[in-house]
Order: sequence, then C-alpha cells, then structure tokens
Amino acid sequence: MEHDIFEIGGKRLSSRLFTGTGKYGSDSLISAVCEASGSQVITVALRRVDLDKSADNVMRHIPGHMTLLPNTSGARTAGEAVRIARLARAMGCGNWIKIEVISDNRYLLPDGYETARATEILAKEGFVVLPYMNPDLYVARSLADAGAAAIMPLGAPIGTNRGLRTEEMIRILIEEMDLPIIVDAGIGTPSQACQAMEMGAAACLVNTATPRLRTRCSWAAPSDGPWPQAAKPGSPGPEPSPLWRRRPRP
Amino acid sequence: MSFLPEALRLSCEPLQQKFETVSGDDVRRVVGQEHIDASGFLTLLSPAAAEHLEAMARRAHTLTLRHFGRTISLFTPLYVSNHCANHCRYCGFAAPNKIPRTRLTLDEVRAEGQVIAATGLRHLLLLTGEAPHKAGVDYLEECVRILRPLFPSISIEVFPMETADYERLARAGVDGLTVFQETYDPDLYAELHPAGPKRDYAFRLDTPQRGAEAGMRVVNIGALLGLTDWRKEIYATGLHAAWLQKRYPGVDIAVSLPRMRPHAGAFQPACLVSDRELVQAMTALRIFLPRLSITISTREAPAFRDNILPLGVTRMSAGVSTAVGGHAKPGQAGQFEISDPRSVAEIEAMLHSRGYQPVFKDWEPIEGCA
Repeated sequence: MEHDIFEIGGKRLSSRLFTGTGKYGSDSLISAVCEASGSQVITVALRRVDLDKSADNVMRHIPGHMTLLPNTSGARTAGEAVRIARLARAMGCGNWIKIEVISDNRYLLPDGYETARATEILAKEGFVVLPYMNPDLYVARSLADAGAAAIMPLGAPIGTNRGLRTEEMIRILIEEMDLPIIVDAGIGTPSQACQAMEMGAAACLVNTATPRLRTRCSWAAPSDGPWPQAAKPGSPGPEPSPLWRRRPRP
Repeated sequence: MSFLPEALRLSCEPLQQKFETVSGDDVRRVVGQEHIDASGFLTLLSPAAAEHLEAMARRAHTLTLRHFGRTISLFTPLYVSNHCANHCRYCGFAAPNKIPRTRLTLDEVRAEGQVIAATGLRHLLLLTGEAPHKAGVDYLEECVRILRPLFPSISIEVFPMETADYERLARAGVDGLTVFQETYDPDLYAELHPAGPKRDYAFRLDTPQRGAEAGMRVVNIGALLGLTDWRKEIYATGLHAAWLQKRYPGVDIAVSLPRMRPHAGAFQPACLVSDRELVQAMTALRIFLPRLSITISTREAPAFRDNILPLGVTRMSAGVSTAVGGHAKPGQAGQFEISDPRSVAEIEAMLHSRGYQPVFKDWEPIEGCA
C-alpha cells in the first residue's frame, strides 16, 4: 500500500478507513478494531471522555499509533463546537478536530452555516479541521474558504446504514473540490464503502456499521492487493477488487 | 403554542374503539414500514399487535442498535427533599402521608454526591417534592453549585417552574429536565390530584416545553403506568414526545416508562401493566420515534430489566435510593420501593456480560472555556 498515500493536515495516511468509538458493546473492542482494520484515524466524542476515570477511560483503549480525531458531538452552535474543540486540545487530544454542529436530534443533520463559522474560527487557531456536512457544493466551498483540511459529507443520515443516498451530491463535491472528500455517515456495508472509494472519495468514516457486524469482516485492504486508487471522475478507475470477503469468526 | 389542545382532543377521541378495530394484517404492514405516523403508532399499541411482539421486538432492536449502538447511559437519582404540598393519591411523598420530612443541608448534599461519584457515575438526577418554600430555586441552585464539580451532567426532577427559573438553573449547570404528566386524561388527573399546586393540568403539561425553551439539553417525559389504560397513556406520551421533537429539534427528548410500585398510602393501581404490555409499549415507541431516548428505572425487577435491554432501552438508573439522604445513610424509607437494588458495579458487570457498554459520562460542560 506504499503507493497509496494521501495527506491531511500535513499527516501522511496509508489507510483510507477512519473508525469510530461510540457504539461498541465494550471499549475493549476498539484496539482490536484498529488492529484488524488497519485504520490510522479514529474519532472520539469528547463528551464521553472522562479523564478522572483512569481505570476505564475510552482513551486507554485507543492504540498509540492512531491519529485522534476528537469530535464535537453534542454541539448545537458554532460557539459550542469551538469550546469543545478547545477543551479537546487542552485535554491533550491533539489539534485535529471533526466539527459536528447538530441542532436537530431527529435526523442528526449538520448545520452548514454554524459548521462553516466554527471551521473558520478553529482553522485560524491552528486546528486541522474536518467538518461533517450535508453534501452541498456552496457549503463545501464555504468550508474550504474557512480553512477546512478535508470535507466530510454524509452518505445518509447518521446511524441509518442506508448507503450513499446522496451519491450525486457527493460526486459533485469530488469533481469540484480540491480538498479530500471523506464520506462520513450512512455507510452500512463494505460494498457501500467500496462504492464511495470508486467514486473517488479520499476515505470513508465507518462507525455504526462496525459494531453491528455479526461476523468479522474486512474493512481493510485485502491481503492480496492494495486499495484501489481513488479515481477522479472521467479516469478509467480501478479494476473491481475482491475487497469485502467475509471471514468466519475466529 | 402548547400541546394542550392536542391532549384535550385525544382525551375525547374514541381511542379504545380505534385500538379494537386494528387487525393482524394492519400490524404486519406497519411493522415493515420504514417510517410510521401516528396512526401506525396506534396500530402498534393495539391488542392485535400483542400477537406480533416478536416482529416488533426485532424491529425495535435493529433501530436501537443503529441509532444508539450497544451502549446504555447510566444515572442515579439523588433525593434532596421530600417536603411536598401536593396530595397526589398515588405518591409516598404526598402531603397527607405521615412520614418524616427532611431537606438535606448543603453539607449532606455534598456527602451524598461524593458517595455517588465514587461509583463512577457522572450523570445525576436531582429530586425534590413540590414545596418551593422549603426547597425552591435558590436551594436547587446551591445544590447544583456543590454537585457540579462531581457531575458533568445534572438533571432535575422537581416541580414545574416558569421558563425564567429553568434558565437560571440551566445557567447554574442543569442540563436536563424530567417531568412526568402522570396521566394525560384531564378528568382522571383532577381526581388524582385533589389539592396542591400540581392540580394545574395545563401548567404541568407545558412544563417540558418551558424547559426546552430555557435551554435544557434533555427533556424526559412520561406517564405513570397503572393509573388508567396504558395504551391510551403511551399513545398520548408518544404524540407528546413527537410534538416536542418537532418543535425543539435541538433537544434530546426522552421517555420513561414507570410502572406503579408499592408506596406509603393505600392507593392501588387501577390497572396492572404486564411485562408483555410494557414491552409492547416500549417497542411501539421505538418504532414510532427511532431517535427517542428511553429510560427504564429500578422500578423494574433485575431479570426483566436485563431481558428488555436490546428492545429499545438507552438509559438506566443504577445504585438507586429513593430516600432523602439514602446514599450516605442507607436504610430509610423512600418515595417508593425499588425492585432492582443492584449497585452501580453490579449493573456495569451485567451490561458488559450482555455485550453492552455502560456510559457513565455523556456530556462535557462547555461553559466558561470560550
């Protein structure tokens, strides 16, 4: 996979799978998921981190080589997201931040305007900002202008596992934006992640789907070949690859 | 804007008749739908749906897993006062009941908080009766000031207040409000609350929205199951929750499903709600409102609480005492008898053994760090 490196905020990444932490039956699964998936970036909700509880703190389960991507889950305004980001940095979580500004608990759809405001403030403060957004070209341009390091459009509402319902909109972002496009919510199966990559997305974040798997299943690159190169639309694109073979539970 | 007109309309609607006309085919059709409306919700609460619990449970489980994962948020109540001016006929703290009345001193509040915090819990539910002259907003504000360093998240289940008072408490650090309507039937409500400020049905009904307007992050509603036909009560509760979700999308709307428990006083439940019926109520709520938080308290027995975990529960109380000062000084009489006396550590172990992760902390206070 040496040839398939991409860069965000000055960091070179060889895995195009970002993982989550919030929905496992046990935090102890986190390290196993990191190892099995080969993921290098993991998002964690600051609201769940309890540094006073040293014995069983979610941070203890995150392998040291992972790049932490704290998120602002719970923020309803730009101001709240900014405060959570600052707290995350003060708590030693580094300077990457995934902006989530959601003031709609029914659908968990992100607020584009507030997200752009938070992105602008935090980018100026030196954060590497990865905003979660509805795939809207105008919002994406605002985020790029505000200093985002990558853009994270949703494939479908969080937790629905309904795949790339916003495929056409994401495709436009991939065509028009120079920033890495990381497909966030909605991916429920490996084939949907594969679809996003074949469209030319730089990476996928998969959270809900992993804890729901009943059998071990490879989200990572196959042992007999590399990830497909992210293809810009119009290019020939990768050959179909047998990426998602299920393996029996060990 | 108020839910009152809708609640009054519901109380006149022939719901019983509607429940009875639902067929098994209706239930099968609704269970398979991606989104259901109020009439679908009614279908799932019908006697006919009781024959389809397995399918409802499967659907509820899938939705819960999707939206909440294998996690259960834990909290515990802290009773700080049992003074009460109300005459609720079903409540152990009701004014006519001859029980010792007390209000914790602030030192006692701190001691209670320290005992609870030592269990690892970071979410607290502060409770009082309704006696603002004994335990009012000033007192609650002081309690929150003392408890806030120990608990990032503090909810209150006290007495209905005006929006300005909720705003004051939100500024002090309260982020959640729990208020049960007890019953949505206005006639029964009047009968069960013969005296005291709680007699005001409409003021209580509008309390959740006043809390939401004041900036509470979580608003938890519910009906006390056992006072009248549970199907009607759950139907009204679900519609109330949906109404609140739509008007206050930034607020996490939660529902509790408290079944009546033995308490001081002679009141007996008008109708018993069986375990199967409670499961039907919970799974119907989950299918109707997939993002709804659902709380199951220690009113329920351990085996039942453990078994219904996958069917929609997102929050549980643990290490509970319903007595004022009962954490630091156990053994006193409480508001009602609990059925699940397990400690926080025991609940934690149970959740792990069933493949669920207990969430001790789910909020980080962000004020003052701008």
